[in-house]
Amino acid sequence: MMSAADRPGIWVYALVDAGDDLTLPTVAGVAGAPVRTAPLRGHGSLTAVVSDADLAEFGEDALRSNLEDLDWLAAVAQAHHGVIEAVAHLGTVLPMRLATVYASEASMRAAVAGREPGLRAAMDRLRSRTEWGVKGYVAPAGETAAARATTPQVADDAAAGSGMAYLRRRRDALSAQRESWQGAADGARAAHAELGRHCAASRLHPPQSPQLSGRKEAMVLNGAYLLDNDRAAEFSAAVAALNDSDPRLRLELTGPWPPYSFTAQDA
Amino acid sequence: MASVSADRLPAQRLALVDLLDRVLAGGVVITGEITLSVADVDLVTISLRALLASSGALAGDAERAGGPYG
Repeated sequence: MMSAADRPGIWVYALVDAGDDLTLPTVAGVAGAPVRTAPLRGHGSLTAVVSDADLAEFGEDALRSNLEDLDWLAAVAQAHHGVIEAVAHLGTVLPMRLATVYASEASMRAAVAGREPGLRAAMDRLRSRTEWGVKGYVAPAGETAAARATTPQVADDAAAGSGMAYLRRRRDALSAQRESWQGAADGARAAHAELGRHCAASRLHPPQSPQLSGRKEAMVLNGAYLLDNDRAAEFSAAVAALNDSDPRLRLELTGPWPPYSFTAQDA
Repeated sequence: MASVSADRLPAQRLALVDLLDRVLAGGVVITGEITLSVADVDLVTISLRALLASSGALAGDAERAGGPYG
């Protein structure tokens, strides 16, 4: 097996539009590697924020298996995010997808050079804007109300035989669960449309796996919203108002985030 | 995002899943002489699901993953 020194690669965290005199805060990168800037000469003030990445751990084959290790993934994702957050206040930041690893700084520069107009357009779109997240869940209160509604049935069922009673209770419970989910999903659609009026762009992520989130309630909204920085308070108030006005739905605000969800042209 | 990094374990787990939504599906993808682009997010997601489904501690939640929103 080759040593780390034999197989250096470059992990890219973000591109920053902050000029050559960019001074990085002290922050550790993935695997504790020191983070540095790699100015993209000939590209104005565009600077890449990078660290060395041992290809024995971060090369293609190693990544494929390491990405399936949740502990490894969590540590790497948090390190990647930590660096991006640390440089976000230095200028407009364009986060890179997790595990963007080049074989060398030269190949990284070549790749960026071919994409400069698109990257500039993305920078312009993200300038003075921040991403926020809104997650929506079926409200526990709705589930409670649904459960109460089925209670009177239980007395009648007792006389009709326990097998029949069980089936009816099961059917009513499933029906109530479906109704509360449908109500919350309808509320989520309306909330997403309303929140769209306060932001520059919005995007829906797939609902999160309960196995990963550990949440018991069904998720009905996983939205990302790109806000002008001076509209954050207004947006937060809109989320709170929607949360108060719809008893079927419980909304949670996350952020501010670096604009991960809005780097693509179609976002 | 002080609220995320300052939270304790259960909340940290929530923060992680919010973060994975973003770093695995968002961010710029610049191809070229790149060693790996994780553009194929589905592959990663499926791999993670397989990993989690195989975890005994989480087996009770397995049914939920295929729910109306799964």
